Amino acid sequence: MKTRQALGGLLRTLFSTVIATSLMACGGGESNVLEGNRTGILHYGNGAEPQGLDPHVVTGVPENHLIRALFEGLAVKNPITLEPEPGVAQRWEFSDQGKVITFYLNPEARWSNGEQVTASDYVWSWNRALHPQTGNLYAYMLYPVKNAEAYAKGEIKDFAAVGVKALTDTTLEVTLNAPTPYFIQLMDHYSTFAVHPETLLKFGKMTDRFTPWTRVGSMVSNGAFVLTDWALNRHIKMAKSPHYWDRDKVSLNGVVFYPTENVVSEERMFRVEQLHYTAVVPLDKIPVYRERPNTPYLQSPYLGTYYYLVNTDRPPVDNVKVRQALSMSVDREKLVRSVLQETAVAAYSITPPDTLGYYPPQVFSYDPDKARALLAEAGYPNGEGWPGLEIIYNTQEAHRKIAVAIQQMWKSELNVDITIANQEWKVYLNSVSQRDFQVARRGWIGDYVDANNFLDLFITDGGNNNTGYSNAIYDDLILQKAPRAQSREERYALFTEAETMLMEEMPIIPIYTYTSKHLIHPSVEGIYPNLMDSLNLKYVKLHPEQTLSGEVN
Amino acid sequence: MTTLQASEPVDLLEHAEQGASLWRDAWQRLRKNKMAVGGGITLLLFILMALLTPWLAPYSYEAQNLDLGASPPSAAHWLGTDVFGRDVLTQVMYGGRVSLAVGFIATAVALLIGVTWGAVAGYVGGRVDAVMMRIVDILYALPFMIFIVLLMVVFGRNVLLLFLAIGAVEWLTMARIMRSQVQSLRQQEFVEAAISLGLSPAAIIRRHVIPNALGPIIVYTTLTIPSVMLLEAFLSFLGLGIQPPESSWGLLINYGVETMEEYPWLLIFPGLALTTTLFSLNFLGDGLRDALDVRGSKD
Amino acid sequence: MLRFIISRLLQAIPVIFIVITATFFLVRAAPGGPFDAEKVVLPEVKRALEAQYKLDLPLHEQYFAYLSDLAQGELGPSFKYPGRSVNEILFSGLPVTAELGFYALLIALIIGVTAGVFASLKPNTRQDYIPMGLAMIGICMPSFLLGPLLVLVFGIYLEWLPISGWGSIPGDKILPSITLGAAYAAYVARLSRAGMLEILSQDYIRTARAKGLPEWQVVGKHALRGGLIPVVAFLGPAFAGLLAGSFVVETIFQIPGLGRFYVQAAFNRDYTMILGTTVFLSSLIVLFNLISDVAAAWLNPRLRSQLSGGGQ
Repeated sequence: MKTRQALGGLLRTLFSTVIATSLMACGGGESNVLEGNRTGILHYGNGAEPQGLDPHVVTGVPENHLIRALFEGLAVKNPITLEPEPGVAQRWEFSDQGKVITFYLNPEARWSNGEQVTASDYVWSWNRALHPQTGNLYAYMLYPVKNAEAYAKGEIKDFAAVGVKALTDTTLEVTLNAPTPYFIQLMDHYSTFAVHPETLLKFGKMTDRFTPWTRVGSMVSNGAFVLTDWALNRHIKMAKSPHYWDRDKVSLNGVVFYPTENVVSEERMFRVEQLHYTAVVPLDKIPVYRERPNTPYLQSPYLGTYYYLVNTDRPPVDNVKVRQALSMSVDREKLVRSVLQETAVAAYSITPPDTLGYYPPQVFSYDPDKARALLAEAGYPNGEGWPGLEIIYNTQEAHRKIAVAIQQMWKSELNVDITIANQEWKVYLNSVSQRDFQVARRGWIGDYVDANNFLDLFITDGGNNNTGYSNAIYDDLILQKAPRAQSREERYALFTEAETMLMEEMPIIPIYTYTSKHLIHPSVEGIYPNLMDSLNLKYVKLHPEQTLSGEVN
Repeated sequence: MTTLQASEPVDLLEHAEQGASLWRDAWQRLRKNKMAVGGGITLLLFILMALLTPWLAPYSYEAQNLDLGASPPSAAHWLGTDVFGRDVLTQVMYGGRVSLAVGFIATAVALLIGVTWGAVAGYVGGRVDAVMMRIVDILYALPFMIFIVLLMVVFGRNVLLLFLAIGAVEWLTMARIMRSQVQSLRQQEFVEAAISLGLSPAAIIRRHVIPNALGPIIVYTTLTIPSVMLLEAFLSFLGLGIQPPESSWGLLINYGVETMEEYPWLLIFPGLALTTTLFSLNFLGDGLRDALDVRGSKD
Repeated sequence: MLRFIISRLLQAIPVIFIVITATFFLVRAAPGGPFDAEKVVLPEVKRALEAQYKLDLPLHEQYFAYLSDLAQGELGPSFKYPGRSVNEILFSGLPVTAELGFYALLIALIIGVTAGVFASLKPNTRQDYIPMGLAMIGICMPSFLLGPLLVLVFGIYLEWLPISGWGSIPGDKILPSITLGAAYAAYVARLSRAGMLEILSQDYIRTARAKGLPEWQVVGKHALRGGLIPVVAFLGPAFAGLLAGSFVVETIFQIPGLGRFYVQAAFNRDYTMILGTTVFLSSLIVLFNLISDVAAAWLNPRLRSQLSGGGQ
């Protein structure tokens, strides 16, 4: 009897939902975007469900967007030029030839509970970020600070020895190991953000990773928005902070972040106006959007390079001529034009072009004739005697497409046998770190805008080198000479020298430079294309009169 | 009821001796079933196509034309081309080889293990049954994904492994269904009669239980083949099994779904091939089931 | 009957224990760890992380520590989502997936049993082919194809139904339930058709018909009970399978359910999460297999009398 009642109830629910929905369809229910435009709420597609919101614990792009809405660093990036601008710090001064930086904190900077953000909050937070027990994956962001690395490795126990001091409530003095031109940029990276010490201590020890201090109602942050709702795998809601020092400039009343890991679904949500902004755009939809008048599609160069790692200890790619032959027979322009739908830029080196004014050298180009000659010199004329070669990549449609196209290019230009194998993500990571591969797909996204972030990958035994490449001259250029350069020109010349060496020895086969790709509803203003795909929600405004169809509402 | 009891031993003897005529009768009945015959012919055509693909395919399956890219059906490419400019007809033909092989072989593995396991458990009953079925429960519950990743690491990538992995998973439900069938058959008069006549358990299972449980087995087999084909697509997608540029129907559909608005032919043709095969298979399966249904035929 | 249920519940204990133990060691044997990431993790950081999650202890100590936590109902902290416990994640996803699975199974049963029974009454006629053909669509169209198709037609072109979410916009539960249910409808239809044909050819049905009972009574009272045994045997594992297998549908429709966590935990090597979901699902599988065995026994009079000790 009970089941029958339950069934009846269920059927009624089903039918009433159907009826309600059809009524809604007839009445034209209000979409998220329309409602958001009316109430000042931005609906934001954020890629994946974030691991968490603790700036010293999590890593990842979706987490970055959330944390930078909730918190603010000492300095922030100008959304157009990426030059540092005042954040929590009103201004900063360099002294001792750039080795000491004094940050002057804004006395109006407030935590979301109304308390002042002080210099000692930063000292406490950097202690937490660097502490060997915290396990902060991005601890190395602070390694330019004097003694920070030794403290993080447990070689120094006393944090007082680390080069960060609170001189007054609003004066923070940072002492560096050496002049570090990009250090101010790092102040906009979440691993250097301050957290509210009393709030964390209420829930546990300073170094605890598991405490619920980031939950709704518990979290205290210092950014333009505060956390109001977090439903796992549904949404994260934020509202404009009443205590934020620059609140008059904040136009949005709130933001709703959606975990949108399925890119195809995300695009459809955008199409039915459930989202203002998408994290990515499916490749095959791009030509369609490009042709639309007043297109919502925004593409801009991104600080990242897609390349193939070559294991320089495994035949046949232990031979530099084979590596050069393979690299020269990849028709990157064609790849970009066809498979990549013009959403990338052909790359002939590791550093993306115009990395803060630095342009990488181009030491080779697409040249199948020369490639064949090099292969013959290496002992495989017309592919004879070729022992076989395998490309591995992690399971993902985009990587498959590149691998299939390159496999065919190598087969047809060089007449060599190539197999490809996709691996599940963790298996792939294991293969790469154990160097159990011949050729492996890889991508690198810069943490900060500087060629150093790309070139120091390939120093001997570098953790992300993975190729077995080792060259003492290269190491010397990157580790010793470049940091001591007196001017930007001298520094860039040294980088060019190192990068030329790298591309002559070819431990990697560069393929393309990334772009960032978004769909942005025409009602949204204040999202600018830039190299870091960096978006400051503080500057975003909504204009309800702009609609997707281009007609004025 | 008295007449029934009297007739069963006679029926039983007929069963034992009439093996050949049973199949002949079934064949006669099957031939009359138009849908089943249609399904069978379609299936045969697909199998023939798969076998002859290396000679029939209009293009090489890996030949690309990046400048052409995805193009709709034309005189040169009857079913169009994919984003690499590869001929879709060729892809579908080669994909069919993989899908049909996986579908039939892995299902056969599952069938063999599942039917034997379920029949023994159901027939013997008692403690043996309990232990056997609890093993099934354990295997059901193990995290499949981890199991697959481990297999991949231990044995390397291998198509044979793919068959094995799929078969190893798919037999569980088969065993449960077989067991419940056998349990109810075990109670039937003709089986009890066979036991009282002193036939060995193996002979009883082979001669009486399995032929009578054939109907549900055939039906479940026709249901297993599609899920095996889709599982193959999923596993290949994860990196176990076949590797690009080789493909299968499941994989082609997987890729085609993403671009179904832009390049619908990349979805429609592999989708049609798979759907047609599965429909044919099911109608054939139904026909077979009905044709082999000994008691049903007495009507 | 009660004895049967109790003995099966007792048997479940070693089953679940073996599953936990096997999973614990299988997971550790899989290549790659929870902290492996694209950018290399510095050795000092990795050590700190391992210490925080007690991964630096010998494996057998970790195993016993896990068992003792489990005995207290603690499934441990998630590796992937620091600050969340596995218990919390499970209980956030479970109601959603259970509801989705329930609607899906209901749809499958309504479509499947109707089609199967109708088909079995007049085999090899149009009354057989048409309902069966319709029920078959679900199995010939995998959910990763049917889902996007339904979204495109009803969500985007017709704009009748929401295309994603669960319980946030009215009507957003319809498309995912249909997508998930469709695949099972075909199974149910096939199994009930075959089961019904089997039963309808049995002597006692022929006797009933010969007695001149009206057809609806023959079918409704006598045949359905036996004819649906295979369906019932299938339902138990099917519901448990639905919970684990709702991954694809949950991903297409961005539903905050358990299926996504179950699959992603394996990809992330989120050890505690894999174990937690496995413990949970294995208990469910055992339970549902038991329920379906009991139901099948209850539907089968001969077995029932045997189970209840020959009474009746």
